[in-house]
Amino acid sequence: MNEQDTPTPGTEVTPADGHRDPVRLDQGHVVGSGGIPDRFVNPGLPTHVPRMADLDEGAAARAEKQVATLFGISILSTILFVVLYYAIDLNDTVFIPGVGTTSASNAALGVTLAFSLLGIGFGAVHWAKTLMPDQEVVEERHPLHSSEADRHEVVRVLKVDGGASQITRRPLIKYTLGGALGLFAVPLVVQVAGSLGEMPQKSLSLTWWNGGPSGPGQIPEFKPLRLMKDPENLPIKASDVTIGSVFHVMPEGLLPDPETKEGGAEHLLEEKAKAAVLLMRLDPEQIQSQKELDWGYQGIVAYSKICTHVGCPVGLYEQQTHHLLCPCHQSTFDVTRDCKVIFGPAARPLPQLKITVDDEGYLVSAQPFREAVGPSFWERG
Amino acid sequence: MTEPTDRPADALREGDSAPQAPASAGARKIGGLAGWVDDRTGAAKPVGYLMKKVFPDHWSFMLGEIAMYSMIICLITGAFLTFWFVPSMGETVYDGSYVPLRGVLMSEAYSSTVHISFDIKGGLMIRQIHHWAALMFVVAIVVHMFRVFFTGAFRKPREINWVIGSVLALLAIIEGFAGYSLPDDLLSGTGIRAMAGFVQTSPVIGTYLVYGIFGGPFPGEAIIPRLYSAHVLLIPAILVGLFTAHIGLVALQKHTQFPGPGRTNDNVVGYPVMPVYAAKAGGFFFIVFGVLTLMAALVQINPVWAYGPYDPSPVTAGSQPDWYMGFADGALRLLPGFLEITAFGYTLSLNIIPGALLLLPLVYVVIGVYPFVERFVTKDEREHHLLQRPRNAPVRTGIGLAGATAYTVLMFASANDIMAIKLGMSINDLTWFFRIGFFVLPPIVFWVTKRVCLSLQRRDREQVLHGRESGTIIRTPDGRFFERHEAELPQEQWLLVQHEPVAPLEIEPETDEHGVARPAARKDRIRAALSRFYFADAVNPVTPAELAAAQHHGHETEAIDAPRHAGELESAEAAETAGRR
Repeated sequence: MNEQDTPTPGTEVTPADGHRDPVRLDQGHVVGSGGIPDRFVNPGLPTHVPRMADLDEGAAARAEKQVATLFGISILSTILFVVLYYAIDLNDTVFIPGVGTTSASNAALGVTLAFSLLGIGFGAVHWAKTLMPDQEVVEERHPLHSSEADRHEVVRVLKVDGGASQITRRPLIKYTLGGALGLFAVPLVVQVAGSLGEMPQKSLSLTWWNGGPSGPGQIPEFKPLRLMKDPENLPIKASDVTIGSVFHVMPEGLLPDPETKEGGAEHLLEEKAKAAVLLMRLDPEQIQSQKELDWGYQGIVAYSKICTHVGCPVGLYEQQTHHLLCPCHQSTFDVTRDCKVIFGPAARPLPQLKITVDDEGYLVSAQPFREAVGPSFWERG
Repeated sequence: MTEPTDRPADALREGDSAPQAPASAGARKIGGLAGWVDDRTGAAKPVGYLMKKVFPDHWSFMLGEIAMYSMIICLITGAFLTFWFVPSMGETVYDGSYVPLRGVLMSEAYSSTVHISFDIKGGLMIRQIHHWAALMFVVAIVVHMFRVFFTGAFRKPREINWVIGSVLALLAIIEGFAGYSLPDDLLSGTGIRAMAGFVQTSPVIGTYLVYGIFGGPFPGEAIIPRLYSAHVLLIPAILVGLFTAHIGLVALQKHTQFPGPGRTNDNVVGYPVMPVYAAKAGGFFFIVFGVLTLMAALVQINPVWAYGPYDPSPVTAGSQPDWYMGFADGALRLLPGFLEITAFGYTLSLNIIPGALLLLPLVYVVIGVYPFVERFVTKDEREHHLLQRPRNAPVRTGIGLAGATAYTVLMFASANDIMAIKLGMSINDLTWFFRIGFFVLPPIVFWVTKRVCLSLQRRDREQVLHGRESGTIIRTPDGRFFERHEAELPQEQWLLVQHEPVAPLEIEPETDEHGVARPAARKDRIRAALSRFYFADAVNPVTPAELAAAQHHGHETEAIDAPRHAGELESAEAAETAGRR
């Protein structure tokens, strides 16, 4: 059955195609169609149009030369690649119009390799199009399904020969086999799933601001920590923070020495990922939240830098509007309103860090974050 | 052996065959080797079969080839990269030839990537070919998928291949994500940070899942080696296996072909593998490779040295993933925050879960399931080897474009900050435009597309019934002007009339003759409703009877338009007498 045939419900006497047998007297009422077929008939393959190279030996010779030229370009480019590989120093640059100043080695090796490949490609395709036979060939399709006999044979083998294993007669074997096969993968899954990583315990709710290392199983004891500039690792005096400025801050003890790279947290990036803080100074008149004022120091406020959406650092501070913008998904936090989310997909405001000054005038934390920083999680509460 | 000469007596007798010229030395050597292999494998028969296979010739069939070649090029260049890349997050201080990074603390992975880019000859070229080929791979998959979808090539017997293709598409995207995250640079690392953030929001198991994936707190030291393992070993193994099944099925079921003169559902018209397609397809591999290499030579991609090593504290504006992850990133930007629910001490982030966790698999499940939906609607059990012109399946084309619209809205949404900066527009307005557009634009696109397809079908009908406008104006002796229409040649006309007519399914009565309700009645009602949705407006092809009526009786018997004035009648008459060529 072929989609070109119209489907026949099977109730008429006449067949659906246009070729009718003569009607016999005993056939009763036969619907005719006036001799016009139901559907148009496929006109068959169009007549072949020969190409130049099929008709003219000169054209064929030209095509051969063209193909040979393309292959020749490929050979020359390959040789040029090898020469330039040794000849061009990696530090050299070259100016290419439209591209700019670029690595000479990369451009040279890339272009020669490209021509080496394109020469073969275009040569082969041109050869096929001009010289290889272009008479259309017709291959017959056969229905994909196997014959009924083959299908029956498969069913027979499964039933009879498979049944010879006696599995159907012996339910004890059947069920224990099912159980064993169903369970054998469990040790593999348990090993992988169980050993992939340590359990979080409380670490998502703690940061270095709690007093020190805050990994799984570590419960730091609070002590006030100075706010240090990231990456210079220098403490910040309240008087250094002017209105409109923003400081990227890490807690004391977390960062290594910027010169020697010594010291700092053992799990540096893991702690940084939770402890990053932004320090800004606003005119206290502009701050609309009393809690924000209380937790700040004379208009200097500190907020977690980790976006509450999916955790990107909220690195963009719009000084005039007092908005913090996260570059990943454009969550916008209003610093005058306790970093409330005023636009974007974040659901919660940035957590604030309560700060004060120590006796030398440096800014220090007064308490750790009162909520988990960063993205939400099920147990966050 | 007799050699034919000009003497009549030496002419070949019936049943004789002409003597063959003896084989050249080279051919004998190859023949010897082939014989050696065939003695041990019996490979002559399948190789002969494969060499004679016929493939139809259409440019759109090359799109899948582009995907295939891009994948192979990724495999080759990727293997090269593994010789120099170090998949470790161990700390090191950079000491290579790129001066701005000297003395900076970074991971071994990042350091080795910068090393490949600046201190290995051809290293940057291999890296850039690899990245461009990966981007080309996903583009080609998408365009190829569109071709298969809009021509209905996924119908029986090719549903399996469609499902395999959907899985390949999903795996390609995941493979790309893993790959561009391997250098551990600031931009891709921020993407990994976002991944950790949204995995963490999974209900109940989120925190365990994220600590499991990262081997502890984010970022840990495990993620790069694990992504490396997935990117180099696990996913390529599945990709190669599935892709082999994919092209194996194409060889087994034979490629589909566009309808045309001489092409039926029961044949394949084209050219054989030996020599034409061996040359064309083989040559095309070199062309794709060459184009990608040219791009790698002249167009920069992923300059990780400019981003810096990953650190959870700094970030740059304009952070986007690679283009194929754009739709998921866009969804994350559009979902509003108020969807997050906090109750009884637990947080359910419905502003993140639908976009980040559900969307990606959902898109590919919907794509993979579509052939079965159409099969349910049409109840069509026949094998289909002829492609459909998209206009002849208006509702499917409309659904496809509506889906593509929704995808495109999400993808553009991931660039809302770039658009706001470059075009000087408000990012808030853009975001709202996309939020609303996601729901409003697809139905509009569906409706417009369907109407356009139906109009094109009517135009095809008109072209058959009236003939082609020839641009020749005839003036009759009594002063009337009309344009002569030429009847279509059978070759051209065939394309306009070959598709089969469709109509909504009739439902059988709900209860049989004894009043017993049929168990399938409810399913059939749904099927009939969907069938009406698909086919109620169907414009069916011209039949010979309609054409004869149009030619002999003028325009009264057509479905398209009623005759407006007598001049049109004349054009049909004039066409009959003067036009046929």
